[in-house]
Amino acid sequence: MFILRRLGVMLLTMLTLTLIVFALVNLEPNLKKLALEQNNNRMTQEAVDSWLEQEGYKRPLLVRYGEWLGNSLKGDFGYSTRFRKPVNEVMPERLGYTGILAFWVMATMVPGALIIGVLAGMREGSKTDRSLSVFSIATTATPEYVSGILFTVVFASWLGLLKGVSKAGDVSFENFALPVMTMSIYGMGYIARMTRASMAEVMTSQYIRTARLKGMSFGAIVTKHALRNALIAPFTVIMLQFPWLLTGVVIVEKLFNYKGFGWLLVEAADNNDIDLVLACSLVSVAVVIVTQLLSDIGYAFLNPRIRVQ
Amino acid sequence: METIGGFAIWFGVIGRFWPVWLGLAIIMGLSYAFKNRLGLYGQLYDSGVGIAGLAIVLFWILTAMFADSIAPFDPIEQFGLLKRKPPGVIEPGSGIPFFFGADNLGRDLFSRMVQGSKFVLTIAPAATLVAFMVGITLGLPAGYFGGRIDTVLTFLANLVLAFPVILLFYLLVTPGVRETPIPTTMAAVFFIFPVIMFATLFKTGYGARPVLFWTLMAFTAVIGGWLYLGLVFNRDPLGIVGLDPNELNIFAAVVFASSPGVFRIVRGLTMDIKTRDYVAAAQTRGEGPWYIMLWEVLPNARGPLIVDGCLRIGYTTILLGTLGFFGLGLSPESPDWGSMINQTRGFIRLVPTIVLPQTIALASLVLGLNLLADGLREQSLKD
Amino acid sequence: MSEPILEIENLSISFFTRAGEIPAVMDFSCTVMPGEAMGLVGESGCGKSTVALGIMRDLGNNGRIVGGSIRFKGRDLVNMSDAELRHIRGSELAMVYQEPMASLNPAMRVNRQLMEVPMIHEGVSKGEAEARALELLAAVKLPDPERIAGAYPHQLSGGQQQRIIIAMALLSKPALLLLDEPTTALDVTVEAGIVQLVRELGEKFGTSMMFISHNLGLILETCNRITVMYSGEAVEAGTVKEVFDRMRHPYTQGLFRSIPLPGADKNVHPLMTIRGQLPLPHERPRGCNFGPRCDHFQAAICDIGDLHMQPVAGETGHETRCARSTEIDWAAPPTGLTVHEPVKPGEVVLSVDDLKKYYQVAGNSMFGGGEKRTVKANESITLEAREAETLAIVGESGCGKSTLAKILLGLETATGGDVNLGTTEIGSVEIQDRDTRTVSSVQMVFQNPFDTLNPSHTVGAQIIRVLEQFHIGDSLEARRKIMLELLDLVKLPREFETRKPRQLSGGQKQRIGIARAFAGRPRVVVADEPVSALDVSVQAAVTELLMEIQRSSRTTMLFISHDLSVVRYLSDRVLVMYLGHVVEYGTTDQVFAPPYHPYTEALLAAIPIADTKARKKHIVLEGDIPSAMNPPSGCPFQTRCPRKHEVPGDRCEREVPAMRKLANGHQIKCHLSDAVLDSMESVISLSEPTGEAAAEQPIPS
Ligand code: SF4
Ligand code: SF4
Repeated sequence: MFILRRLGVMLLTMLTLTLIVFALVNLEPNLKKLALEQNNNRMTQEAVDSWLEQEGYKRPLLVRYGEWLGNSLKGDFGYSTRFRKPVNEVMPERLGYTGILAFWVMATMVPGALIIGVLAGMREGSKTDRSLSVFSIATTATPEYVSGILFTVVFASWLGLLKGVSKAGDVSFENFALPVMTMSIYGMGYIARMTRASMAEVMTSQYIRTARLKGMSFGAIVTKHALRNALIAPFTVIMLQFPWLLTGVVIVEKLFNYKGFGWLLVEAADNNDIDLVLACSLVSVAVVIVTQLLSDIGYAFLNPRIRVQ
Repeated sequence: METIGGFAIWFGVIGRFWPVWLGLAIIMGLSYAFKNRLGLYGQLYDSGVGIAGLAIVLFWILTAMFADSIAPFDPIEQFGLLKRKPPGVIEPGSGIPFFFGADNLGRDLFSRMVQGSKFVLTIAPAATLVAFMVGITLGLPAGYFGGRIDTVLTFLANLVLAFPVILLFYLLVTPGVRETPIPTTMAAVFFIFPVIMFATLFKTGYGARPVLFWTLMAFTAVIGGWLYLGLVFNRDPLGIVGLDPNELNIFAAVVFASSPGVFRIVRGLTMDIKTRDYVAAAQTRGEGPWYIMLWEVLPNARGPLIVDGCLRIGYTTILLGTLGFFGLGLSPESPDWGSMINQTRGFIRLVPTIVLPQTIALASLVLGLNLLADGLREQSLKD
Repeated sequence: MSEPILEIENLSISFFTRAGEIPAVMDFSCTVMPGEAMGLVGESGCGKSTVALGIMRDLGNNGRIVGGSIRFKGRDLVNMSDAELRHIRGSELAMVYQEPMASLNPAMRVNRQLMEVPMIHEGVSKGEAEARALELLAAVKLPDPERIAGAYPHQLSGGQQQRIIIAMALLSKPALLLLDEPTTALDVTVEAGIVQLVRELGEKFGTSMMFISHNLGLILETCNRITVMYSGEAVEAGTVKEVFDRMRHPYTQGLFRSIPLPGADKNVHPLMTIRGQLPLPHERPRGCNFGPRCDHFQAAICDIGDLHMQPVAGETGHETRCARSTEIDWAAPPTGLTVHEPVKPGEVVLSVDDLKKYYQVAGNSMFGGGEKRTVKANESITLEAREAETLAIVGESGCGKSTLAKILLGLETATGGDVNLGTTEIGSVEIQDRDTRTVSSVQMVFQNPFDTLNPSHTVGAQIIRVLEQFHIGDSLEARRKIMLELLDLVKLPREFETRKPRQLSGGQKQRIGIARAFAGRPRVVVADEPVSALDVSVQAAVTELLMEIQRSSRTTMLFISHDLSVVRYLSDRVLVMYLGHVVEYGTTDQVFAPPYHPYTEALLAAIPIADTKARKKHIVLEGDIPSAMNPPSGCPFQTRCPRKHEVPGDRCEREVPAMRKLANGHQIKCHLSDAVLDSMESVISLSEPTGEAAAEQPIPS
């Protein structure tokens, strides 16, 4: 029942959002721009109208949305006007490139953030805590397009160690270090702060005092009693990082000219490639919603208070 | 071409900022002296993090205020000879140095950075403020009544939150959208919220004191109507406030993207606060729901909301930078930090310092806001 | 003579904050002998918990022992290394805490938390640790130890959690057990079970105990010796008998006089109040800390230099920190008491007839599907309250008393039955639909002083808003004047008008709450445990104030409480509730004398009484209060009733008993036969005062 309702809400969210995107990309001026781009720039208004009429863009919005929806459900996401290929031939490859990038970002960001957060929150107010906290605040204040550029200046221009651009699909340290570092550092601060707050709260809780007054050593208290409780809250935060990761991906891919999903999205949106934009939106929204669901399930699993009822 | 050295550059820069230093000294000095009487703001002066954050934020606010006297050059004036020159180069015509060098079109980076603060420091706080009004006006009833209202509003909020921000902006902040009535409609809807909120606030709180009530209502109507005309329709009869169509577009989009976050926080706080006995006490004396929400619940949610407000202004600053970075919605001339980063970043191999002023400006402002939020949080927890 | 387990000498503990050093405990000494139970009493902020944490050496980052010594079995605890300390904690020195739920790790099964203790300290194997844990769970009388061992803390009730913590503390057979308000968060009948358990285990294991509480009655039931603390200092120490019967410090005496004991009567013997309030740590006076509140204060004796504990003549071990202990006439009866004429109740103001309130709650939301369950929060409640009368509603958590209050106030509507205020029906009318006069006629005093006032508005503004809402006074000035008069009425200075609630103490906030409730000249005031969250010495003053206003305004008061001593003291009639049912109803005399409903009987027996002469029947209820979601069949009390076997057959389990009318309107909802009811004896009896004790008897009886 609960899960069914949940799935219903998810579906409704997807439908509404795609409809909104559909409506926005099909706005009159956007269509006109598309017509001009597809044909030639000096077309007259009549020519534009007749082209749109001919291509079927003049039919009622909802009819066309229904058509698109039907096709998508069959697995046909339409034709990319920018790449002059079916969307299905353009997107999977790009998604794969971004997947690798996102994997490395997660793989460095999450453990790093958790370690920082736990170390800082373990002894609230200590020197370690203060310096780590300032570090986390500083990183959250530096968006990718700032840190990425600063890293490029330092590592590529001054030290000459790494390259300022990253080729898609080439998984090497030299190629990946800068984009991965840029993204993971920005997200790291945020997760670390959440972890720290959660850890600090747990460390002042009464059951930690109980453990301490049982005669446990500090290390045992942290690992056996505090960690599990302290990681419940950041878990949700980490899962909710995915939508953010997407924005980050777009920025970083543009910054380092990495031709992945984010780059594709920018290309599609810049060129009013209707089917491609819709497909990209569908994928991004699906990622967000699925991670939300996973985070709820995972939360219930981590927290016995919810699980056993 | 003549240049000045590193030391002279810093000396000159510090000198140019003199109105800012003076302002900082006066404000912070006075505040420190009277900190015991200034409530939460005064308590900030007890924490190092708070002072640092406040100083940075004040620095940028003052810079934005005095930008015209600090910046030596017109931010869009191009000096063809000085293209991509490193810091310290002297502009031959006036003999004044380009402290931070010139950008790819030969414009003074220092002046552009200083002038850029105006854009960020008007749009970011204002958009956040409006987003707060929207979030509060909707979050209070959702949290207080629960039930169907809550279900619907929460669904809508989650809808917006599930939308990747960048995609949202790519769709919403475009010249195409600007040709449609969408931005104006959105702005018209958003700006009505503050008016509704203040009207309800006064109605519920001072309904029993007619004189006070009607004075306040008249104020709300006049000021609200004036701002409404000016900001939404760009038709201020006095010509003081106004937004370009593209600024309005950005403004509406930013409010749209950040109100659901505010909504969620307000809703959560309301659900917590409504269980308190003083709310029950208000209910048992027959107070209406809006009185309770606005006068009993909202004032006690202010601590977390102020902290969130600071963080959110910072986040909006980043967002505005992102817009500039993608060249969305702003003219290439505009001296905003995001656009500057985008335009100069191609030249870092040649002149690494060309991107530094704007990146550091942006990061430092956000850092200041985050530190301020942290200081506020720390201090408000101490009560 | 054996060695003492614990010797504390001149201990001083301070907390260091940005505001400077705040002394929390000063010059504290005490000794605990093997097998002895020491009681530590005092009000909040007196430093009693700090002493316990000082012994555990767990004072946090900013607390430090700044003087004196603590010797545990001859070893110096103050200078012990961390490693040694770890070795002692949990094995030789164990502690039980106030909030059982918060003290157990929510993400760990109970047995794992228990097993840790022997595994850390004795290095035993997992299997053995598990066996030991089970054994202890049985020893603390938990039903079905195996099931409980595998449970998570949130699946257990508060009483069960506290038993687990006690089991955890006793697992390594400690020499000294510290109990910090172990029963404060629990219901009275559950508390009685824990107290009995602690006493038994103390005897069984020979553990020495230090029992910290604000409740003198509990100390009497559990301890051999007692130390009374006030504002960071011990002010009196001795055996329980000495201190209770021959106290030699004015504060101790004040404490005893401010709690209602059996025999106290609101008209003839009002409670004595201690004036003023606890000094803040940095505002402590010179000399005697109690000076500003003491009736025996004498300048030049009480306010010069530090006072020290001095022995009371003729009684070894009995000490007091009063400079004038030998001069004061301890037997003198309290002065300044006004005797009131009993108030004649008027006509019926509020009548409730067969009131029912059911809630629909969704079943298990995760898996249970959509079926709804009905929770019967109130089941056929009938009562009447007259003008100027106090009707007490007594019951433990989940008994439905708060639901009843909500219906009266219009925050909920009744599912069935009638509620009449005078002649108007209000049970089905929500607050929005009531007219102003009806709304102002039924008002409430809330329980929690920290929550009752809105922290964002000034005291004056909050009261004026009430007046505005009730259309009292026709201009702002007029309302302000009324507001100032209300401040006078609740005996607060007029300057409080501009104060924010956080600048007020708990008792002062509660007074504002009272002013607010009485601002609209109500006919009925519902007082929901109005003093239970306050300190003992403040409680009396607030209770007296409430009654004084009620007396002069002839308001009807519904006094909701779980504390039978207070109820007996101030109410005219009593309603006892259990799981939504009224189980007994009658005048105070009827309810407090046999025949009792078995639940009332148990409740009476469970209340700790701070009087050495009081004798109580021993009744301890098994188990916990069932959940209202899943009530037992038949009589709501049948799962715990000690007299169930006196009813033939399984009637108690099958039939809900009907309300039976006994003599003079006394009503009981029980199947017990008249013969059984008639044969019941009084639960509490006062042994006759004899000889010397009678002369020095401090309590008016
Ligand atoms: S020392 Fe003086 S002020 Fe203190 S308790 Fe004794 S008589 Fe009272
Ligand atoms: S009816 Fe039976 S179970 Fe209920 S109180 Fe009476 S004797 Fe006990």
